[in-house]
Amino acid sequence: MRDKGLRCGLGFGLLGVLAAVLLLWNIGAGSVDFTPAEIADSIWKMAGIIWTIRLPRVLAAAILGGALSVSGFLLQTFFANPIAGPFVLGISSGAKLVVSLVMVGMLSRGAVISSMGMIGAAFVGAMISMGVILLLSRRVRAMSMLVVSGVMIGYICSAITDFVVTFADDSNIVNLHNWSLGSFSGTSWDNVALMAWVVGIAFLLAFLLSKPIGAYQMGEVYAQNMGVNVKRFRVELILLSSLLSATVTAFAGPISFVGIAVPHLMKSLFHTAKPIVMIPACFLGGSAFCLFCDLIARTAFAPRDMSISSVTAIFGAPIVIYIMASRKSEKGAGA
Amino acid sequence: MNGVCLQARDLCVGYNRKTLIGGIELTLRRGEIMTLIGPNGAGKSTILKSIIRQLPLTGGVVYLDEQDMAALGERDVARRLSVLMTAHLHPELMTCFDVAATGRYPYTGRLGILSKEDKEKTARSLELVHAADLADRDFAQISDGQRQRVLLARALNQEPEVLVLDEPTSFLDIRHKLELLAILKDMVRVRDLAVVMSLHELDLAQKISDWVVCVHGDSIARQGPAEEIFTSDYITELYGASRGSYNALYGSLELEAARGVPEVFVIGGGGMGVPVYRRLQRQGVPFAAGVLGENDLDYPVARALAAETVAERPFRPVSDEAFQKAARLMERCRRVLCPVADFGEMNEKNRQLRELAREVGKLETK
Repeated sequence: MRDKGLRCGLGFGLLGVLAAVLLLWNIGAGSVDFTPAEIADSIWKMAGIIWTIRLPRVLAAAILGGALSVSGFLLQTFFANPIAGPFVLGISSGAKLVVSLVMVGMLSRGAVISSMGMIGAAFVGAMISMGVILLLSRRVRAMSMLVVSGVMIGYICSAITDFVVTFADDSNIVNLHNWSLGSFSGTSWDNVALMAWVVGIAFLLAFLLSKPIGAYQMGEVYAQNMGVNVKRFRVELILLSSLLSATVTAFAGPISFVGIAVPHLMKSLFHTAKPIVMIPACFLGGSAFCLFCDLIARTAFAPRDMSISSVTAIFGAPIVIYIMASRKSEKGAGA
Repeated sequence: MNGVCLQARDLCVGYNRKTLIGGIELTLRRGEIMTLIGPNGAGKSTILKSIIRQLPLTGGVVYLDEQDMAALGERDVARRLSVLMTAHLHPELMTCFDVAATGRYPYTGRLGILSKEDKEKTARSLELVHAADLADRDFAQISDGQRQRVLLARALNQEPEVLVLDEPTSFLDIRHKLELLAILKDMVRVRDLAVVMSLHELDLAQKISDWVVCVHGDSIARQGPAEEIFTSDYITELYGASRGSYNALYGSLELEAARGVPEVFVIGGGGMGVPVYRRLQRQGVPFAAGVLGENDLDYPVARALAAETVAERPFRPVSDEAFQKAARLMERCRRVLCPVADFGEMNEKNRQLRELAREVGKLETK
């Protein structure tokens, strides 16, 4: 017992330090490098590149990275599948599609969509994809097939999005194009405030669901017998995970594999899957992971930005492959 | 209504609002084990799943402590009824202690943090099922038998009045089947539990159940105390076993007898005959058995497997009449086997039969 507590403390300590270091590093490093003194000075004066451009971006990476990981963890619990996540199930792409449609529609009338509107549109898109996945999950029992279906849904949504983007004519389309690839760039302080609210509330609600989530990990039958209102719980889980991934997509576009890779890394680090530990751990871990990936996206080929999704894929996809491969061998050994 | 804790009134169960089994009346008292038996696919699991509210009822009411279960909250039910179902569990990174501790769910607070008392109760539940040594082991890495015990500990940890188990002994080897049921029997006594479960091992069902419910077709075919249900004819009928028979006395199943004119005569008695009968049955050789007292160990098996059996009334020496009958049968057989070596007053005539066989050169000795 004491051993577990120690592991937990060390794990959170490590994550906290890692996130903090990456946060500072992210603020300092870029196409213009700053010393810590300059950073402090800039934040103090609320001015300059750091305050207006870099700090919001770094905070967005931290908040959205955390949201994405928690969303992934919730989806993995829901589908009892370690390779479920907002990206592979096509939820991010669904959100992206609806946001693009709304954006292009509004732009053609000369209107600009608000941040709240973006989240709303993304949520609608996420729920549509989720609905399709849920319908499929009734027919497709095999988990790998469900993921393949999700990837296909993602492709369909992306294809339609590309179509819409290609044929829309507006100067803002460049922005839309960048966004649809996934990026934390161009985040304003208003955006940060809004995402902090939405993600903060969703995170808190998810944390309060730790107990039924833990029960649900034992399977539906046992969860119900333990006293979980399974129907209501499933709806809550779907809404929360969709809201989290929709918020991410609304502000940063679709970001791949964070939702799968981070929960897996956290389970290995903490050696538990208990939601009461995993939900905060996933948030911190996701923050650190996205800060790290954004650092690379900004600095590797500076002054050019890479899409964040490319970087997360490079680090995240191998982890997904590893999970699938190790699951296979487990089954092989059992047979 | 003494001690009644679970009751089904005109219960109808099924899928997609279609009733498969209707008119189910069940009454379960504390300290009692009720077992559902019946052929595969008869609907035992459907009934259990309906009782635990996993399937919506298509009709009727289930009462838990005289309260309509449909009107009870999740937590109310969870504190009084717990389950051990067949669903395969693959919890990630959970120790057996963690799994057993999930039984405390209805008693913990908003975040489900275990109190000292919860931890002690969990440890005690694991002890009850002799799984204390498994506490720190990974649940995914233990054997099927151990897993069932840990899940039973989980169910007990929920401190229920009623325990519902769906085929708890499936996939277990014989040692673990007996172990699990022995623990269950103890729990019923120690904790004054009421148990309702489905079993497909008839021999075990007969021995452990206080009340047996036979599920067959679209209704409960019959229910009653184990002694009334487990008659050879009825069980054979319930399972529609046309290629064999059920022996109620021994709770064993016998395959179909080799039919035809007896080729071998077996002089049996005192249990010595059974292995020989079984061997001949396996080889498909029709045989006659004799002379057996109706209270002889060999008699029920001979009745099930022999083409013809010569019997004597219980507690009486073999009569002349039976001897003559056996001798005539023996005459028609090509071979005679006599696994019996010890003869006394009662089976003196059997010794004479053996001598007769030896004289005509039919006796095979091994």
